[in-house]
Amino acid sequence: MSTEPPSVMLSSRAAARARRGAALRRFARSYAAHRSGMAGLVILGLFALIALLAPVLFPADMLDITKTVQNETLEPPSGEFWLGTDEGGRSILAVLAWAARASLTVGVAASAISMVLGTLVGIGSGHYRGLLGSLLQRLTDWFLVIPFIPLVVVLAAVLGQRGLGTIVLVLGVTSWPGTARLVRAQTLSVEGRPYLERAKALGGSDWHQMVRHVLPNVMPLVLANTTLTVALVILSETTLAFLGLGDPYLDSWGTMLDKANGAGAASTGAWWYLLPPGICVILVVLAFTLIGRALESVLDPRLGRD
Amino acid sequence: MAVTSPAAAELSDDSAPSGGPGGLGRFIGFRLLSGLGTLLFVLLFNFFLFRLLPGDPAARYRAVKNISAQDLARIRDELNAPVMEQFWAYVRDPLALQGISAWKGQPVWDLVGGRAWPTLVLLGTSTLLATLIGIRVGIRAGWRRGGSFDKVSTGVTLLFYATPEFWLGLLLILTFSSGIGPFPSLFPSGGVIDSGIAPLSMAGVVSIAEHTVLPAVALAVVYLAEYSLIMRASIVDELSQEYLTTARAKGLMDHVVRRRHAVPNASLPTITLIFLNIGFIIGGAITVETVFSYPGLGLLTFEAITEQDFVLMQALFLVFTVSVIVCNILADVAVAVLDPRIRT
Repeated sequence: MSTEPPSVMLSSRAAARARRGAALRRFARSYAAHRSGMAGLVILGLFALIALLAPVLFPADMLDITKTVQNETLEPPSGEFWLGTDEGGRSILAVLAWAARASLTVGVAASAISMVLGTLVGIGSGHYRGLLGSLLQRLTDWFLVIPFIPLVVVLAAVLGQRGLGTIVLVLGVTSWPGTARLVRAQTLSVEGRPYLERAKALGGSDWHQMVRHVLPNVMPLVLANTTLTVALVILSETTLAFLGLGDPYLDSWGTMLDKANGAGAASTGAWWYLLPPGICVILVVLAFTLIGRALESVLDPRLGRD
Repeated sequence: MAVTSPAAAELSDDSAPSGGPGGLGRFIGFRLLSGLGTLLFVLLFNFFLFRLLPGDPAARYRAVKNISAQDLARIRDELNAPVMEQFWAYVRDPLALQGISAWKGQPVWDLVGGRAWPTLVLLGTSTLLATLIGIRVGIRAGWRRGGSFDKVSTGVTLLFYATPEFWLGLLLILTFSSGIGPFPSLFPSGGVIDSGIAPLSMAGVVSIAEHTVLPAVALAVVYLAEYSLIMRASIVDELSQEYLTTARAKGLMDHVVRRRHAVPNASLPTITLIFLNIGFIIGGAITVETVFSYPGLGLLTFEAITEQDFVLMQALFLVFTVSVIVCNILADVAVAVLDPRIRT
């Protein structure tokens, strides 16, 4: 596997570490060759930086409507407010930066839930051949059929309490079936390999087979797929918030669009209120999509994505 | 394609002769059966999901003024029955139980029925637009893979793919219906038809078209991205196939090889996708109809959310899910008719 033969002096542990290091370096090299994937990383890095620095650049006071009453409302961009103000007189630039925190948090947290659920169900349905396996597979197929946005909307409306946690939970428990389907297919192909036969013959438990042999093999594709899930989740959060199902006390790009719509930004021509949140959503979703596609094509060159 | 695989795999295990005269009928029968299973699951899911709600469900109806005491008593009786009995009644007739909207006080199915046609018009128009344009772009990009058209169109497609459709709708209202800068107010920004016009008259059709253009474009732009990506990928898959080399070796012209050989084979995944995507388009219709005040099922969903009318929400969710299941079955049958390899 490694480019240079490992030294005889290495212990087996050190040799394994060296092998993994070499594989990682090889992976990084082929990823770096993907121009669009690198562009995605740069965009994402920029937004992560904005999200982290928001409290430093824009003190929390700037978001407090009670402290912005002296400002002009729905004011076009000016020297003082580069992107204008919203209906509460708040600087749109400041709200935008703070909203990056909510949108990115929801995207990453919900995708993590989805990744764990999808991997569990996928490996389980691929590994167990009996009733359990086919039940898990049916469950995946059924959830794949249910239209995603209506499901998310109804679930959020039924759960009622509008907090960041609720939204993360709703999006996490609904977006796993795609991952599960992918993991199941991958598990089936891994299960056919000789080393699994060996593990079985030596009496390895189901748990041992799944965790030590199947999981490491499906994990790279799961991570690539999860990156694409983050894009889907961020778009869905925007939709939920726009329909008024977001956290009313927290600014996200979706809630900004909801408020802009409520303030009649489209009919009064307040483009400075509508454009920025939408462009931010597009850029972040695009970044995650580009990264996910690049990861997929590095891991599976057959996809032939350029 | 993935949806067909479990059925296809299970059939191929025990039924050896492939492509026999009974193949298609058997396949359709099997597909209908598994569709029925899905439907049962959806009923179960839809029934119990709305029982997660806290509080007294009957109390929600007290706010409705024009609900009769008789109806209220009936609803309370139904809600007091054991859960399994309620579920059985729901499965037997999902359209009947507690079918009174807490918001309007009239049967939910009347509300849903009256709002269905605008959504059908909107979804039909946008799907047609997205399919026609998306497939052409995908074919052209995939055929000259890596060329300048491919590079530009893939970039633009990924950009559209990342766009929230309702945001695009808001921008369309801003430019074409409020009128900004050089643009006059070209299109109306709300409703589906001007009041006082019969929908089936000539003026009615024109009015509906005027109201449908902007929301349909907003939906189509986002979904043509998906169709073109899939079509491009399937064309690229076909590029390395030997039958294309044969076709070229026969001396066929490039566009004939493309149109007569590559495209028909590459179309199958896209056909499946068009049907499968109906679930996503419904999701998009909820926000786009809301933005344009387009009085279809999507706007009704938004109204059900704001009015906290869970009976209406349940009915709408059932309509959406059942349409998707039906479209799934149609997709599988369409592909099986077109491609005998699927039937086994």
